[in-house]
Amino acid sequence: MTKEKRESAASEARSLGRDAWERLKQNRMAWIGGLIFTAVSLLCLLGPLLIPHSYETTNLAYGAQPPSMQHWFGTDDLGRDLLVRTLVGGRISIGVGFAATAVALLIGVAYGMIAGYTGGRTENAMMRFVDTLYALPFTIIVILLTVLFAESSIYIIFMAIGAVEWLTMARIVRGQTRALQKLTFIDAARVNGVHHSRIILRHILPNLLSPVIVYTTLTIPAVILLESVISFLGLGVQAPMSSWGTLIHSGSLKIDVYPWQLIFPGLFFSLTIFSLNFIGDGLRDALDPRDAK
Amino acid sequence: MFHLIARRLLQAIPTLWLIATLTFLLLHLAPGGPFDEEKPVPPEVKAQIEAHYGLNLPLHQQYLRFLGNTLQGDLGPSYKYAGWRVDEIIRQSFPVSLELGGWALLIALTLGIPLGAVAALHHGRPAETSLMGVAMIGICLPTFVLGPLLLLVFSSGLGWFNPLGWSVPSDRVLPAMTLGLFYGAYIARLTRSGMLDTMHLDYIRTARAKGLTERLVVLRHGLRNALYPVVAYLGPAVAGLISGSFIIETIFFIPGLGMFFVNSAFNRDYTLVMGTVLFYAVLIISFNLLVDLLQMWMNPRTRHD
Repeated sequence: MTKEKRESAASEARSLGRDAWERLKQNRMAWIGGLIFTAVSLLCLLGPLLIPHSYETTNLAYGAQPPSMQHWFGTDDLGRDLLVRTLVGGRISIGVGFAATAVALLIGVAYGMIAGYTGGRTENAMMRFVDTLYALPFTIIVILLTVLFAESSIYIIFMAIGAVEWLTMARIVRGQTRALQKLTFIDAARVNGVHHSRIILRHILPNLLSPVIVYTTLTIPAVILLESVISFLGLGVQAPMSSWGTLIHSGSLKIDVYPWQLIFPGLFFSLTIFSLNFIGDGLRDALDPRDAK
Repeated sequence: MFHLIARRLLQAIPTLWLIATLTFLLLHLAPGGPFDEEKPVPPEVKAQIEAHYGLNLPLHQQYLRFLGNTLQGDLGPSYKYAGWRVDEIIRQSFPVSLELGGWALLIALTLGIPLGAVAALHHGRPAETSLMGVAMIGICLPTFVLGPLLLLVFSSGLGWFNPLGWSVPSDRVLPAMTLGLFYGAYIARLTRSGMLDTMHLDYIRTARAKGLTERLVVLRHGLRNALYPVVAYLGPAVAGLISGSFIIETIFFIPGLGMFFVNSAFNRDYTLVMGTVLFYAVLIISFNLLVDLLQMWMNPRTRHD
């Protein structure tokens, strides 16, 4: 019986997935977003290997050159090639975006699922705790963390950001788990004596996928933005490494003399945020048809 | 209503305590102290300064002293701005940030709501696509890119505004625009989807059927209900405006509280950091309560909770 049931559930899941895929295929903006994001990521990943300049070698004779054939994006004050620095910076920014989102995802899903599944007083206490944290001025705490532990670098940054961003995820997952709890197939599993961990992994987790995927996609640009804010304030990644935030910051200081130092990193940054938001919107419309407009 | 206010005020107590404790511990766990100068002072002088501020006491005594003083409304003297007390600094610089945030919020609301409504009323037509495209660009262009770009065009290029400072009225324009445009774009999106949700509801049909002009239908029946998500967003928006002010005040050299906060963290100015963090926390908590009350007043359905 279980086998049969699993098969029918699987085929239903597949058709739901296909349904969502059909909707996603028709969303032109999501496609454009996907293409742009893939292109930017590939450039950041492979570009620095192909360009004959290093992101850290300084050459004062070539300081602050405008874009040319040799340096397509120009150079910074110390003569470092800005194209390579932008691409390497992208690795950091996108990397932090994904790593911190992963931290938030793990904590949020586990916490929300446990709270929603246990119910009762435990759930109440757990969600009250989330509410309390929600009221904290979080950017401020992240800024504090990064300033105070500046020496310990980039890991602090994404731990701090991840530790902040899981709250919404926990709320979403808990709400969804509560709703699933009331459905008959969970009761059926329970009556059949299925173990809690199995119910959670087999029956609840798969049904959480769509909201989790959607919210994760929308968290990534938010995290990238937060990292840049921190780096912009001079608190994030330290030289000679660069993230988009640090590049934009140094560019913004000299905007009227060397505008290219702001414009190129700013363009890459904005394109990435832009594309990720479109992908997230597209996924939401595809996976959650109730919300589709 | 009274019940809600009382409950929220009670909840605020543990939250504030948590923030105070967390900040205190973070500051004292972190390497470096307020009196580590680049040029080291003689150790006995440093010891004397630290003794003056009670920094030589055991940590738990410092903590209790800090809690006691804070409860009495005494935020202590700033360690770096000699002769200034923390509450004086906040009182001097917060009005600047408040004005900046107020203008920004005004810009965001007056741009976002009409644009979002217009987009929704042109659903499926090119006007909607282009308006929402513009809004998306507004969301994706972060303040720290937009600010310098506006400076480049309107200050160095056209020479209309001063690049820095906060002395003449026209100094407000560029910073407030930079801070407000993002929220305007976001509010436009919220208004649009709220409007789309509302405009096909039964009571809109009723309003049309009883012969109201389209103008009245949209303004009195549609928009009013479409604005719930916008009002709900005001809480997070204000928290965002506060952290946004750190950046804007850095770019435009505005002597607001945001600039003091960032500097105080850099300087390990313990008392000023704690004072500003607690001040921001109180601000955010009370504003969230205000937004909830506003929502209850606007939408009777949320009153039974």
